[in-house]
This record gives sequence, C-alpha cells and structure tokens, in this order.
Amino acid sequence: MTVLLEARNVTKIFGSSGLIKKKETFALEDLSLFITQNPSSITGVAGESGSGKTTLARLLLGFIAPTRGVVLYKGRDIQKMSRDEKLEFRREVQVVFQDPYEVYNPFYKVDHALITPLRKFHLAKSKTEAFNLIEGALEAIGLHPSETIGRYPHQLSGGQCQRIMVARALLLKPRVIIADEPVSMVDASLRATILKSLRKINKDFGISILYISHDLTTTYQISDNIIVLYQGFVVEAGDVELVIKNPQHPYTKLLVSSIPLPDPDKKWKQERTPIVDQSSIKENHGCKFEDRCPYAMSICRKNLPPLYQTDRYRAVRCFLYKDSPAIPGDAIGEVFVRKE
Amino acid sequence: MKDEVLRVINLRVYYHTSLGQLKAVDGVTFSINSGERFGLVGESGSGKSTLAFALMRLIKPPGYIEGGEVLLDGLDLVKISDDEIRNVRLAKIALVPQGAMNSLNPVVRIKDQIIDGMVDHVEDIPRNTLEKRVHDLLEKVGLKHEVSHKFPHELSGGMKQRVCLAIAISLNPKVIIADEPTSALDVVVQRQVMLTLDQMQKDLGVSVLLVGHDIGLMAQFVDRVGVMYAGKLVEVDSVKEALKEPLHPYTKLLITCPPSLDEKGEFKGIPGLPPLLLNPPSGCVFHPRCPQVMSRCCAEVPILNEISPGRFVACHLYNEVKI
Amino acid sequence: MNTFEKNWKGATAYFRNNPKLIAGVSIILALVLFWLIGSLIVSPARAQPISGLPDQPPSLKYLLGTDSNGRDLLAVIIVGTGLTLRIGFLAGAIGLGIAIALGFLSGYYGGFLDTIIRGVVDVLLTIPALAVLVVIAAMISGVITLNLMIIIVASLSWMLPTRTIRAQVLTMREKAYIPMAKISGMKNLEIIIKELIPNLLPYLAAGFVGATSAAVLATIGLEALGLGPQSLPTLGMTIFWAVSFSAMLRGMWWWWLPPVIIIAALFVGLFLLTAGLDEIANPKLRRVV
Repeated sequence: MTVLLEARNVTKIFGSSGLIKKKETFALEDLSLFITQNPSSITGVAGESGSGKTTLARLLLGFIAPTRGVVLYKGRDIQKMSRDEKLEFRREVQVVFQDPYEVYNPFYKVDHALITPLRKFHLAKSKTEAFNLIEGALEAIGLHPSETIGRYPHQLSGGQCQRIMVARALLLKPRVIIADEPVSMVDASLRATILKSLRKINKDFGISILYISHDLTTTYQISDNIIVLYQGFVVEAGDVELVIKNPQHPYTKLLVSSIPLPDPDKKWKQERTPIVDQSSIKENHGCKFEDRCPYAMSICRKNLPPLYQTDRYRAVRCFLYKDSPAIPGDAIGEVFVRKE
Repeated sequence: MKDEVLRVINLRVYYHTSLGQLKAVDGVTFSINSGERFGLVGESGSGKSTLAFALMRLIKPPGYIEGGEVLLDGLDLVKISDDEIRNVRLAKIALVPQGAMNSLNPVVRIKDQIIDGMVDHVEDIPRNTLEKRVHDLLEKVGLKHEVSHKFPHELSGGMKQRVCLAIAISLNPKVIIADEPTSALDVVVQRQVMLTLDQMQKDLGVSVLLVGHDIGLMAQFVDRVGVMYAGKLVEVDSVKEALKEPLHPYTKLLITCPPSLDEKGEFKGIPGLPPLLLNPPSGCVFHPRCPQVMSRCCAEVPILNEISPGRFVACHLYNEVKI
Repeated sequence: MNTFEKNWKGATAYFRNNPKLIAGVSIILALVLFWLIGSLIVSPARAQPISGLPDQPPSLKYLLGTDSNGRDLLAVIIVGTGLTLRIGFLAGAIGLGIAIALGFLSGYYGGFLDTIIRGVVDVLLTIPALAVLVVIAAMISGVITLNLMIIIVASLSWMLPTRTIRAQVLTMREKAYIPMAKISGMKNLEIIIKELIPNLLPYLAAGFVGATSAAVLATIGLEALGLGPQSLPTLGMTIFWAVSFSAMLRGMWWWWLPPVIIIAALFVGLFLLTAGLDEIANPKLRRVV
C-alpha cells in the first residue's frame, strides 16, 4: 500500500484582523487523511457548508498552506517542493471542480482546456498525437469527439462539460483525482453518467478518487470509505456501508435522516435537535455539535471528544462511545476498508 | 371543479430570440384545489420556473405569454390589467422565487421588508398593527421576534428563506408558489425549511405549488405532482401513484435513475440529451430518448388525457388503450 | 458558410445591434478620412503663416478664409485634425500600455505591489491634472515639440484605465478557469497573457478609448492656454490664436468655429465609442439574445 497524498494533523485558521478584536475562523482542526494507491480507493468527504470541505480541497491542491500540520505528496511537503517535484505533483493530482462551465475560459473552445495540460506536461510530441490522446480519453468516458471537440463551452450541456473535465483528468494519467462537488450543478439525469465515468476510471485505470460532496446519497454510492466533517472536525469515519446505513454520531444521524427519501410513506419526522442557526459563533472548546445535540452531556461542552474506534472499520468522535478505544487523529487510516 | 382555487388552461409562454422562437411553456393545463399541495417536477429547461413566473405574470421581454388562461378567484390573470395584477400579486397569489434569500434588500431591516409588501396593498393601517402582524408572521415560520430588527446579512441562509416565506404569507394569499425554495441550502437546513412550510400550510390552509427537480423532496411534501419535460406537462398524478406506478416513460426514468440509499448499484441515467427548445423534436418531444418509443411517437404530439380518475398522462402508449 | 464568411460574421458580430458603436466608429473614421483626403487636396504648406492675405473671410480661393497671420484656415483645420488625432491616439496608446502593465501587476499579484500601485494611482487622481500639466509645460524651457506633447499628455491619461483594468483583473482572477490553468501547469505570466487578456479585450478597448479621450482633452486644454507646440497648427493652438487675436469680437467666425465643431465631433465620436464598448463589455446592457 503506497500512500500518495496525505494530510497530517492539518489545521487551517483564517484570521481577519478587525479594528478591535482579531476574529479567527478555524476552518479545519487537526485533520488527517490519506489517499493510497495499490490498491486504489474512492474516499468520500461529506459535509455541509462550514464543514471545511472546500478548505480541505484547497489545502490538498496546494492553493493554500496549512496553519499547522503538513500536506505531503509521496512523502514530500508540497509547500516545500522543488520546481520539478511541483510539476510532477500537478500532473499526478488532478481535480474536477463543481461548476461545469466556469472551469472553461469562455474565450476558447473546450479543446484549449484539453491541449494546454498536454502541452505543459510534455505528454504529446505533436498536435496529431495530442488529438489522438484527447479522442481516446473522450471515448473512454463515453463522449463522441465529433460532438465535443471544436465547440465552445456554452454550446454544450452541463453534463457534457463536466464529463470533458473528467476526460481531461484521465488524459493526464494522474494517480489521484480530487472531485469537489462534481455533480451538484448538473441535472439529475446526467449525474449518473458522470459518476459512472468516475467509477470506471477508478476500476480500469487504478486512479484513486477523493469525492467531496454535501450529497450523502451520491457519496454513498461511489465511495468505499467516508469521512463526515462538521465545523472543521472529523465526526465520523470509516466503511461507507457502516457509517451511512448505521450512523452513530448524532450529526451523521441527523444528516442521514434529513435526506428526502422518494417514498411518501417514509416522511421526515420532526427532529429532536433544536433548531439553532449556525451563524452564531461558538466559543466553547468542547464538541462543536453540543448545542444541537439531543444527547449532549455536561462533559461535551468543555471537552473535545477523541476519535473512538467503535468497529473494525469505523471511528466516531463522540463521548457516547467513550467505552471504545480511542485512536489518535492521524490513525484514521486504520478504519478504512481496503480493497485487495 | 369544486374546491378548485387555481386553474391553468393551455398556457403558452414563448421567447423571441434572434435565432427563432423558443417555446418555454407549450400548452400546459392543470388545476390546484384549495388547501392542496401540488408539485411541479422537471429538470432544467423543462419550463417549470418559467411557468411559475407566468402564473405571477412576471414574464419579461423577450419572453411573452402567447396564450392560455390562468383562472384564480374568478379572474383570468393573463388578461387583467397591469393595475389589477399588481393588486393580485402577494394578496391572492405569492411567489417565493429561487434564491429568494439573496433578493432581500441588504440595507433594509427584516421588519420593514415584510411591511413594505403589505402596505402596497392595504392602506391606512396603523404602524403598530403592522408590527404585530410582522411578529405573528415570524412566529408562523419559526423565527424569534428579534429577527425583525435584524439585517439580512445577520441571518443564515435557512433563516433568510423563512423570512421570504413570511413575506409570501403576509397577506394570506390563496396560493403560494415556491420555486426551488431549498436548492441553495444544505440538507439539514432544507429539512427545517420544508418542515416549516409544512406546518405553515397546515395552519393556514393555503395551497402550495412547489416547483423543483428533486423527486425525493416532492415525495416528502406534496399531495399531487405534475411532471414537466421540454415545456410540456407529461403526467399528473397523486405523488404516491406516480412513485409506485409511474405512467409516462420519462417519469419512470426520473424516479429510477437518481442514486438511492437502498443499495449500491449501477449508475443509471437517462440516455441522450435534453432537447433544444429552439428546434424541438417532431411529434412527442421525448421520443428521441424514450425506451418505449413507437413509430406513432415521431409524428403525432400526444395529448394529456385522464386515463383514470385523477391520473393524466400525455403518451401514445395509453392512447392505444382508449377507444 | 465558408470560412471567410464565418470570420466576417464573427468580427462584425460586435457591431450588430450596436448603433452606438457604429456611430462612434463612423464619426472617428470620418475625421480620419477628412484629414487624409484633405491633405491630398489641400497642400499642408498652406497651413503656415503668410500663405495668403490675412483676415480674409471665406471665399472661393480660401474656403474657410484666413487668420490674422495669413494661414489658410481650411489647411489649418485639416492639418490640425490630423495632429490632434495623432497626439490623442498615441498618448492614449502609451497611457494604455502603462495601464495594462500596472493594472495587471496590481490586480493579479496583489499584496504589497498592489497596495503601492493603488496608492500612487489614487493620489495622482486627486491632483488637479490641468494644474500639474500647466506647471510641467511652463517649466519646459524651449519649444514644446509634438513628441513632448504626447509624453506630457500620456502621463495624465493612464490612471483611470489602470484602476478599471485592475478591477476587472481582480474579478477574473477568481474565476475557476484560473486555478484550472495553474493546475494545468501554466505559469503566472502565461496565465495573464493567454487566459486573462483575451477575456479583457473589450475592457482594454474601452480603456484605450478612455485614455485617448483624456489625452485629447488634456492636449486641447493645454493648447488653448497656449502651452502647446507653438509652431504647429493643432486644433487647440488654433483656438488659442483665435482668442489671442480676438477673433470672436472681430466677428471672424471662420476662425474659431471650425475647430470647435471638429473638437465637438471628436468628443461625441469618442463618447459613442465608449458607450458602444460598454454594451459589449457588460452583457446585461446588450440587446436581445
């Protein structure tokens, strides 16, 4: 098992210096996760707005530096890489963003987005070779080159644009693809094709995927393992079958029960959690979910619970499970299922 | 006919573009009863949002209402004058548009935004009566009285959306149209807002038209559902029957293709691409993507027929059965 | 449609449904043609003093009469239009060049560089430009040549375009295709040139017109005060001479009116161009789909 991309005890604090008081936002606290190759994996990161999932993506891509902790690629700190190492990192870690249209420069045809990286990473020696590679990648995703090459982004549907981005990711033969809400801005009927493509490139090409989303259903369908984030902390992690089908953390339970099931006989119940608007800044040093938790105990306000390993393939950050063994934050990989 | 509060007959909304005429809504007919929750489900480009705006007569050029009737309380909203429709909006029929929370005026306090809507319709009401009404409304949507003094940026997304709901019910309209009210919200907040809408509807007995693309949300909230595709209404059913026994092939696909939590399976999508509204396919507009297409479908446009009480479908598969 | 027709349609797409742009371009083109064709018909030498009898009203020989120094005013107007256009456009181009460099540096890289550039621009904008120009022009002992005039005027026209370009770059920098370009391995300078500039062309064009307008205004303002190239019959200098020789009091309308008309036409043309470019740059202002 080779560890490719790793976040080790990463904390990210955004500070805004007001005139009188410095307001700090803890976007992520002491988060660790890693993405492996051999075997390849699909890891899901689920969270709502304010959970820190966007910050996580930006940290893993090296757009921002962690306040504490380190992000490593193949063992090297990405903030300290040499030019060549950085170029290799850029090629091997690809991304699919949320907005299918905004990722394209509207001035150019979609070809531009595909040819540029081929050129910059010297993956093709001539224009013909480049187009051959592009056609191959498009067809592997199930797109017709004749319907996509030579068009402008606004001439294509959201689903097509997003699939071209997946094809682009495949084109560069990466080892890891970070998919940040890849289907949330795409129509329901087109989502399946994009998810199918992601699953296919994981299976056929051994590319590991980090799937970040607020939609638990698609995350469940595509991931092997899942990390649930709440206000910058990992609250539950492990085998996606366990975490989603039998959630243990009160927040995960709330998330799963809030999914609108297409069955009029299974309606939402009035939740037991009090409605607290999340805009109030919490100053407590304990569990961040305490003020909304129907199971909150006095210990929860003052102390932050550690991760308790409640199953072979699951860990929960909640004092309800304090009888299970506690594991350190960076041992979270232990609870991930590995395909062999 | 009895108990009907809104009746839409053959509504057509077209757009003039430099590339031709675009039929965004093409002959839609349905009705909503008093106290009923009706869902309009479809993907982007289906015309559902255009329809919502047309019901409020808020279509702007280059769009225009080409024809049809919208009957509410004895008035045809399509034909009445500009002054009359202004009186009808908010008082009889209210709209909570998509992203409504972003259209709250950032420099006006919540209390004043709610009052603004009301004073346009009722004159000479003393200020403190209005303020009491504001507090009542906020209570109805589950917000504390303090919210009335705040500015929009001090509230979270869910709270803002509930303020928009409060504005919509401020004059006790007969119908509330909610156009994707929760699409920008997280799933937990979405549930809170929808439960608020649920409670509110039960308390006031107002009819709700919920427009959206999430069939799960429809299942949780509405009584009946209409399925739109490329500007046409292809099926109208009770939501239970639509989910258990969908009639139209598009409805079937719409229900089966979204990923579910039941078990991990194959990802199913709807083959093909959404149609170009500038140049729609001949005959049945869904025929290029229909798994049960017949030769008749390429030539003849199917009409929305009631094939059993309360169940309407526009599909040649069911025309064969009749007569 | 063959390739030529496609390209033609693409290039002229901006002009369809945009009467302001068409009108603006037409006026400027008309002035340019007036100068070029006029120079062929009327010998520029006649714009020099003592080409004819002084103070002559319009006649068949001198269509616009002569001034008190014996210049043929028709020749003066023709040459003057050319000179003023040249000063305006060249100064505008230089101003735009500075604006592009500073605007992109400031907007894209941000940080300390941005703070400095922004500070300098803001301070310079508050200084009354004409006062500064007057001081500079007065300090230059000796003859002000055409090129010197261009430089003096350019030094005033770059500030506002810098701010506009910086603002646009700040917005565009946040678009998702910029981090996408970084992930594709592009370097910052490459990103500016290949990804940002093509999308900013309407704003750059607007910036050019803005800089030119400012330059024309400055040059005419200075010249009308006499602080211009004294030996050249620019439009502004002509007005200066007309005022110095009390042309208005003497009823010599053929001296001061033509330059005023040309200047007015030039400004109207530049204004319409700006408005037309605004429509392109801001899609919300565009007409139908």
